[in-house]
Amino acid sequence: MARSFAIKHQPGFTAIAATCFLVLYLPIVVLVVYAFNAATSTSEWGGFSLKWFQSASQNSQVIDATLRSFQIGAIAAILATIFATMAALATTRTAPYRGLTFKYAAINQPLMVPEIVTGVALLIFFSRIKIFTGYSGLGYLIAAHTAFCIPFAYLPIRARLENMDLTLERAAADLYATPWQTFRRITLPLLWPGILAGLMLAFVISLDDVVITEFVKSGGQDTLPTYMLGQIRRGVTPEINAISTVFLLLSVVIVTVFFFISRKRD
Amino acid sequence: MPEQPGKNAIEVRGVRKVFGTGESQVAALDTVSVSIRENEFFTLLGPSGCGKTTLLRLIAGFDFPSAGEILLHGQDIAPLPPFKRPVNTVFQSYALFPHMTVADNIGFGLEMLGKPKAQIKARVAEMLKLVKMEALSGRRTSQISGGQQQRVALARALAPQPKVLLLDEPLSALDFKLRKEMQIELKRLQHETGITFIFVTHDQEEALTMSDRIAVMSSGKILQVGTPWDIYDKPAERFVADFIGETNFLTAAIANIGNGKARATLKSGATIDATVAEGFQPKDNATVVVRPEHAKLTSGKGELSGTVENIVYFGTDTHIHVQLDSGEAFTVRQQNTRSAGCGFDRGDKVGISIGNDAAQVLRD
Repeated sequence: MARSFAIKHQPGFTAIAATCFLVLYLPIVVLVVYAFNAATSTSEWGGFSLKWFQSASQNSQVIDATLRSFQIGAIAAILATIFATMAALATTRTAPYRGLTFKYAAINQPLMVPEIVTGVALLIFFSRIKIFTGYSGLGYLIAAHTAFCIPFAYLPIRARLENMDLTLERAAADLYATPWQTFRRITLPLLWPGILAGLMLAFVISLDDVVITEFVKSGGQDTLPTYMLGQIRRGVTPEINAISTVFLLLSVVIVTVFFFISRKRD
Repeated sequence: MPEQPGKNAIEVRGVRKVFGTGESQVAALDTVSVSIRENEFFTLLGPSGCGKTTLLRLIAGFDFPSAGEILLHGQDIAPLPPFKRPVNTVFQSYALFPHMTVADNIGFGLEMLGKPKAQIKARVAEMLKLVKMEALSGRRTSQISGGQQQRVALARALAPQPKVLLLDEPLSALDFKLRKEMQIELKRLQHETGITFIFVTHDQEEALTMSDRIAVMSSGKILQVGTPWDIYDKPAERFVADFIGETNFLTAAIANIGNGKARATLKSGATIDATVAEGFQPKDNATVVVRPEHAKLTSGKGELSGTVENIVYFGTDTHIHVQLDSGEAFTVRQQNTRSAGCGFDRGDKVGISIGNDAAQVLRD
């Protein structure tokens, strides 16, 4: 009897899958476990303790970097989502025309250009502006983060718009809604799950960025990831593990919330 | 027949709609003119791609004509956006707002018109009652059945008391029984509200049973406008005769034309009385149509003679296909009785008698 091909029944498949998961998750598990280490080493176990969480939470540099990360992430995510929403509306609420594909590519360009290239380019570009204007605040980081967050916010919003029935907007116009009222009462509420998804994705991406931030930041503008990178260069204590663990928890919570929001709204 | 301009709800004057540019230009509507009277149930009937939906979209304002005027009670509305036209639409997909309740959907138009809350509430209640949906007013539109969605769509479009209601194949998504129910329901609503209905369909039976008047469309043109009786019994062109019901086409020579009547000499040599379509130009080989139920099969002599080819039983009646001696095909529809068969067998030599008032001469 001919059996259909089932990948589950191929020899060694389970072993390969298990190895992949092990390699992926074991280091993270180890990292989390050593966050609770009482000793100063990240490889020798010295008993259970919460002291590294405590020391991290009292480290003013960590607090500063965390607040800065959140500030940049929040502002950049909101700005990126606004731009992404406008871009998504402009690229879906139109008949296809020559050059539309090019526009998609242009909007998604930050996904394709190596981060290091963007980082160097922004470093040079912003340093000129700094000399010219004398301004050296967080604006540069916010601008850079906004730019590379746009495609991440754009994708879920565009997906949502493409699945939306255009006759709904037509029906609203037929029922005396002006274009603004139609947007406010029909398009926006139906688009909202996509916008939220985009916003959260953009926030997480911004929070996580190292390469571009490292190039663009001025002195005293460390974000949490660049601060951690700096600490590692000087020798590691389980404090880094503790920070990483909290960071990990935060990401998981955001992604979970995002998952439930997008599922409930459908 | 010239229309009284004041009595018309909608007047379409020389409207053209062209899609595309240059070589690939297609005229979806090719200089269409039609007048739709107040309080009328008017149907645009035709196969898909005939331009009926395009015409509806132009009246609704979702598209703008390339040329021509659309008058609503004498005022040109062609350049107005949809939200400035006192015209509402029932969409084929219903297009109910999924994030709102049934009541909010129905009240949306009035809300956008800026009516006071109390007035909206009263009108929504009235509409819910009209379409018998009072019990479900708080439901989301995704939680109600297709037939109920249809009613909500109707109530939503009727709530702002439009001058004209446009219906774009609203029954096509319903199953047979529900469709029959909604046909009667639509007639009732039109009668009760006194609003002009413009109904688009490709279903000729639906058009015949529901309409006060029908416009038959094909390839971007209106071929004939008339009552269901006119359209069925006095088709002007071959397309109209063929699209609506079943019919027999015969070639004939036409003489003694006058007063809308003439004498038609068929290939068999027999001469019958016929009515003549408006705009008929005398020619050698005219086409005469005879509906299958207006002819009778006899075992004796008739105006036509031939051989029975096939007999198809339909329950209420039997269709008998005859190969005429002149080479043409002819179908006779004969009412059934319970006890007796149709009285003919395949291969029988038969005569066909055509009544005094059975034939119509087409203009093409």
